[in-house]
Amino acid sequence: MQALTNRAKQVDRAPMSFMEKMYLPAIIKGMSITFSHIFKKKPTINYPEKTRPFSPVFRGMQILNRDAEGRENCTACGLCAVACPAEAITMEAAERQIGEENLYREEKYAAKYEINMLRCIFCGLCEEACPKDAIYLSETFTPADYQRKQFIYSKNDLLIPHPQENPEAYKKALGNRGNKTTVN
Amino acid sequence: MLLAIDFALLLEKLILVVVVVFASLGIAMYTTFAERKVAAILQDRRGPNRAGPFGLLQPLADGMKLFFKEEIIPDFSSKFLFVMGPALAMLTACMTSAVIPWGDKIDFFGRMVDLQIADVNIGILYVFGVVSLGVYGIMIGAWASNNKFSLMGGLRAASQIISYELAMGISLIALLMITGTLSLKEMVVQQQQGYWNVVLQPLGFLIFLICSFAECNRTPFDLPEAENELIGGYHTEYSSMKLGFYLFSEYINMFISSVIMATLFFGGYDIPFFDESVLAPNLAAILGIVALMTKVIAFIFLFMWVRWTIPRFRYDQLMHLGWRILIPMALFNMLATGGVILYFNK
Repeated sequence: MQALTNRAKQVDRAPMSFMEKMYLPAIIKGMSITFSHIFKKKPTINYPEKTRPFSPVFRGMQILNRDAEGRENCTACGLCAVACPAEAITMEAAERQIGEENLYREEKYAAKYEINMLRCIFCGLCEEACPKDAIYLSETFTPADYQRKQFIYSKNDLLIPHPQENPEAYKKALGNRGNKTTVN
Repeated sequence: MLLAIDFALLLEKLILVVVVVFASLGIAMYTTFAERKVAAILQDRRGPNRAGPFGLLQPLADGMKLFFKEEIIPDFSSKFLFVMGPALAMLTACMTSAVIPWGDKIDFFGRMVDLQIADVNIGILYVFGVVSLGVYGIMIGAWASNNKFSLMGGLRAASQIISYELAMGISLIALLMITGTLSLKEMVVQQQQGYWNVVLQPLGFLIFLICSFAECNRTPFDLPEAENELIGGYHTEYSSMKLGFYLFSEYINMFISSVIMATLFFGGYDIPFFDESVLAPNLAAILGIVALMTKVIAFIFLFMWVRWTIPRFRYDQLMHLGWRILIPMALFNMLATGGVILYFNK
């Protein structure tokens, strides 16, 4: 029969020789192999203390972006919700009142913005759909939780920290994703 | 007075018993941890490292988990014997340590304290007797479970331990012919003055080593609890701390048989290439304990190393090895040793 690969080996059915019957040489050989593994590098990464470096295109948890003055970018147009193949996003729009210009960048904003993280498949289509650069997928995982309802993330969970009040946390949350030029 | 009891001696022995039992329990506890760690390292993993610094509290967490587990005694089991099984296993595991010389005499405020609970002149026979009792814990527990898998495990344990005890005993006879004594203390003293017995009895040691692997139900001889053939073997029906006792007694057995091997063949508390008599007696005794423990740890590592290297024997291979290879080899070793002794002593 034609072998599929050149790695195929014929099974040796010859009776064992005396040395093989002694077992001990084979056992010692096996034990030296396991012993050599003591000095091998361990591939495990101690997760919470150390994290694996992500690739630049890694898609993690969503973040709702603010502009440089700390105003929310989102205008509740609903394009992300339409684009979402898992139907994880819901939102309610509201009109910006006078005096709220420092909170929202445009006249319309999302009063309620929820992503169901159990539905989300982290495809990144919301990021692509957004005309205002208001949502993007960050480099962080969605943390584990005990209850299903905890996975419905509201605006509080998703909004990026304020860039002027809390610049360090803002920078950290932005990662190297926010280097894109903002489209106005 | 007819009943003149030396209360100081009683107290001394009592303290020694408590210390030895608790020390062997503690060591067995950390052997479970070491087992997981060694397994992990040999398989390029990290092993338990979350509970406490370096995972050192892991055995406590394991023990606590077992205590909190639901305790199930099956309806169809024989209840008294079902409880007695693990108790017997634990008892026999702890009893063996009574005749082991842990070190030389210690000078405790003018009183010479012997670091051995009982220096009986048939020490090694006592060890054998108690170790043979150990199989009853497994057999009774397995039989009382009224479960076919358990019974199979119990049967395997009984036949395996009895078969390998024979070869073990015969390999020891050769050793006894050389030392001329059954007292473990006496053997250590002889080895301190002369060579270690492993030099004189390499084949005997090898047979003894293989047999003690079998006696401890360790891989490659872990057929009684072969989990992929018999679910859990003799402890299929056990849960909670009763299961814990079975597992724990196995680790104590491993510790004790390491001590026995170190004492019989590797000079016990003897420090190699060093004359202890130049040191102060207390220092010598403490260094002796350290030396013994180092040897024991080396043996325990060997036990684990073999476990994570070699797959389990098939049942017929096990019996073939025991009856048709080890026993003839042990007999040959005995005869050869006797012949050599006769030749040199004539």
